[in-house]
Amino acid sequence: MNDTIDRSDSTVLDRLVVRFAGDSGDGMQLTGDRFTSVSASFGNDLSTLPDFPAEIRAPAGTVNGVSSFQVHISDHDITTPGDEPNVLVAMNPAALKADLHRLETGGTLIINEDAFDERNLEKAGYDANPLDDGSLAGYRLIKVPMTSITKEACEPLGVKPRDAERSKNFFALGLVSFMYTRPIEPTLEWINQKFGKNEQVAGANTAAFKAGFHFGETTEQVGHRYEVRPADLPNGEYTSITGNTALAWGLVAAGQLAKLPITLGSYPITPASDILHELSKHKHFGIRTVQAEDEIAAVGMALGAAFAGHLGITTTSGPGVALKSETISLAVAIELPLLVIDIQRGGPSTGLPTKTEAADLNLAMFGRHGEAPLPIVASYSPAQCFHAAIEAARIALKYRTPVILLSDGYLANGSEPWLIPDVDSLPDISVSFQTEFNGTDDEGNPIYLPYLRDDDTLARPWAIPGTPGLMHRVGGLEKADKTGNVNYTPQNHQLMGDLRQAKIERIAADYDPTEVRGDADADICLLTWGSTYAAVHAAWQRQRRDGHQLAWIHLEHLNPLPNDLGDLLRRFPKILVPELNKGQLCNIVRGKYLVDAKSVSKMSGLPFRTKEIEDAIEEARS
Amino acid sequence: MSETAVPLTTKKDWSSDQEVRWCPGCGDYGILQAVQQLMPDLGIRNENTVFISGIGCSSRFPYYMNTYGMHSIHGRAPAIATGLAVARPDLDVWVITGDGDGLSIGGNHLIHALRRNVNLKILLFNNRIYGLTKGQYSPTSEVGKVTKSTPFGSIDPPFNPLSVALGAEASFVARTHDLDRKHMMETFKAAHDHRGASFVEIYQNCNVFNDGQFNDITKRTVRDEMMIDLVHGEPIVFGADQQRGVTMGRDGFLRIVEVADVGIDNIVRHDTSSPYPSLAFALARLNQDDHSPTPFGIFRDIERPEYTAAVGAQLAQASESKGPGDLTALLRSNGTWTVN
Repeated sequence: MNDTIDRSDSTVLDRLVVRFAGDSGDGMQLTGDRFTSVSASFGNDLSTLPDFPAEIRAPAGTVNGVSSFQVHISDHDITTPGDEPNVLVAMNPAALKADLHRLETGGTLIINEDAFDERNLEKAGYDANPLDDGSLAGYRLIKVPMTSITKEACEPLGVKPRDAERSKNFFALGLVSFMYTRPIEPTLEWINQKFGKNEQVAGANTAAFKAGFHFGETTEQVGHRYEVRPADLPNGEYTSITGNTALAWGLVAAGQLAKLPITLGSYPITPASDILHELSKHKHFGIRTVQAEDEIAAVGMALGAAFAGHLGITTTSGPGVALKSETISLAVAIELPLLVIDIQRGGPSTGLPTKTEAADLNLAMFGRHGEAPLPIVASYSPAQCFHAAIEAARIALKYRTPVILLSDGYLANGSEPWLIPDVDSLPDISVSFQTEFNGTDDEGNPIYLPYLRDDDTLARPWAIPGTPGLMHRVGGLEKADKTGNVNYTPQNHQLMGDLRQAKIERIAADYDPTEVRGDADADICLLTWGSTYAAVHAAWQRQRRDGHQLAWIHLEHLNPLPNDLGDLLRRFPKILVPELNKGQLCNIVRGKYLVDAKSVSKMSGLPFRTKEIEDAIEEARS
Repeated sequence: MSETAVPLTTKKDWSSDQEVRWCPGCGDYGILQAVQQLMPDLGIRNENTVFISGIGCSSRFPYYMNTYGMHSIHGRAPAIATGLAVARPDLDVWVITGDGDGLSIGGNHLIHALRRNVNLKILLFNNRIYGLTKGQYSPTSEVGKVTKSTPFGSIDPPFNPLSVALGAEASFVARTHDLDRKHMMETFKAAHDHRGASFVEIYQNCNVFNDGQFNDITKRTVRDEMMIDLVHGEPIVFGADQQRGVTMGRDGFLRIVEVADVGIDNIVRHDTSSPYPSLAFALARLNQDDHSPTPFGIFRDIERPEYTAAVGAQLAQASESKGPGDLTALLRSNGTWTVN
């Protein structure tokens, strides 16, 4: 690790939350991402929350156009991006207006004062300049003319002032890097690598970054420096990973572990498109990606590929799942493996495309016509999306069923350090195709029975086109048990409906016993799924550190639910179910187990804060 | 998949054991017979052949073929077949659809399969009515048609299926009809031999809900005057004595003329291979007024890059330049650090 920073005079913090906020065009996501990467490679544990508008370029300077990136770094194990930033970098008045309320009382406020002119103040809706009217007195205010210093720093390079101005985010990064004792070499190297082809841009960004760093060194405004030391993480090789990248790599791994080629049908939709982008890069893994004409075609292509013997996958968000519903039901009927990945976002309808929510559980569970049960897997941290993808594929292949994997916008774009797993430790999820006759007709001739089930899993055989003798037809009309011929008889429909349900219920036999974390005899048990894991993990730790008894069950499989869950839940007088929806899992467990679970609901487009969970626990306790 | 010679088969080898359940007298029987009779001539194996259909009377078709098959959902067969063909370009994939399935609920998938030029043989059974739902007008029904859902006559202008296909840049476009098994077999064989998406419209009689829809064209007594047999490279003539023909005026419009009046040299020569679809388009619309004769046969048959081959080429290129996928390396591709 290159680290030439003099940290002799710095004060050690155990954790730090920085929020970079600016206009959509100011490069705040990039700035936050760089700060994250440097901190990750320095050895901090971390968690991030990118927060940006749905508009590609909302009117410049307005509150609607503010794009932010919050990063939490620490010297110990953390799971959330932090409740309240300690530092807010505001590149313009709109950013200040949008995000000041998040900053902790007495927190550090770093302002690009060049942007606080009359026009920008007016666009942000300020009557008076907040830098002058005393309204920021409760914060440690650092005013820096970032735009003009950046322009000056770039002048000797012959960069036009207009172009130079674009590098001001690197000035901000340089300044924050100085203040919080971040290594600078990795960023300088990165600039070279990323912009090397365009010497002027690389030069301007380097000059701006160094100018920011030196400004910190020389100005008395900044004063004292702080540092956050590396966390005590398990030994091994790490990478920094977002949920969508982890999920995409998990799908690549699933194909390898299943020894099957992958066909992905996908239609671009926020926040799932990155998975399509990532998988499109990896054709040398035998991955075919088709950007379909619509969501329905995308899942159709995946199902067609599954019939052909591929691992068929489609990636989308809630609105796409709604459109795919009929095809998913067909997959239930024809009992073929299919992966449907839902990166949830705020709804209903177009809703909040770039904000997070976990309100598609009901859709995944019930959003089909007829009785069409299917397994649901939910990922719970950015890096864990990798393993969730493999688990979803395992179930789909073993049980010949469509599986819905639920992730969300927070996991998709959030990142964390990931101890890279040993590829040899990953499970073998391969299955065999049917190649032989498996029955006889009335006259004793060998025949293929496409709906003859495995005794243990109740899965039907998978005979793919190209296999001599096993030609058969599948379809949406009710199939006769064993033969798969069209059959409308009452007894057969009852039987097939029962078998489809029983097959899904058998999946729970594969699960490990459900873990009750913490105090098994506590009064209160938290029950969670998905990304709520992060805030609940932090709240649960704090509560127990403060001496309170508390139990916690986190579910990775939402259908079928674990066989032991009902008995476990009935032990607790109080069950709290924090969810980024109106209580969807809560209603399911109430209905299924007749327990008095209480919903802790949040629907603001943002993940839970740790404090919100703690408040709910304390209220339940009182 | 096997390297050995394709075994000789008969029509019976391509028929499944399922009882055919269309209404007695339905035009679909004739089409099924033509396809089953053609298959042994194509030099392909049953196990490498897949029929994918949507929903509607015609979409029961795969159940009756002794091949792999999927009776899927309404309108989606071209999308499902695209995924199948992308995954397995070695297969012979046929799509069976109808005027409602292919041009109404599934119009989007149809045009995109044609645009991509996926190696699919798409047979669209056009009976200009919704049969399975018992008699509502379809997107190819004529204006004024009285049906259960249009008691005062349909006010929807219809699609011309061939215009749609040509507008979607289809590389093979043809029309045939359910009363002429030989013509169907020739047309389906040409569709099969074409590399890319082939689109065949089949005029098909629904004797229950739209009986006689095509009588004015295909009935034996009127055929000579009302049907034009398109032959590549030949002048477009028809009639009992080939005495009538198609000419193109200075305004670019096609007109029906007496050959004797203009001379054979002024009769349009049919060209299926033209890179410009304008002649095919004009011919497809020759009968737009429903009184003019209707051309049958192959309208267009051109070479254009085929989609699944292009997908395969990119995969091969990626493997060549990067070697086989290495998961261990992938997981380290975004930069790593080590904690000791």
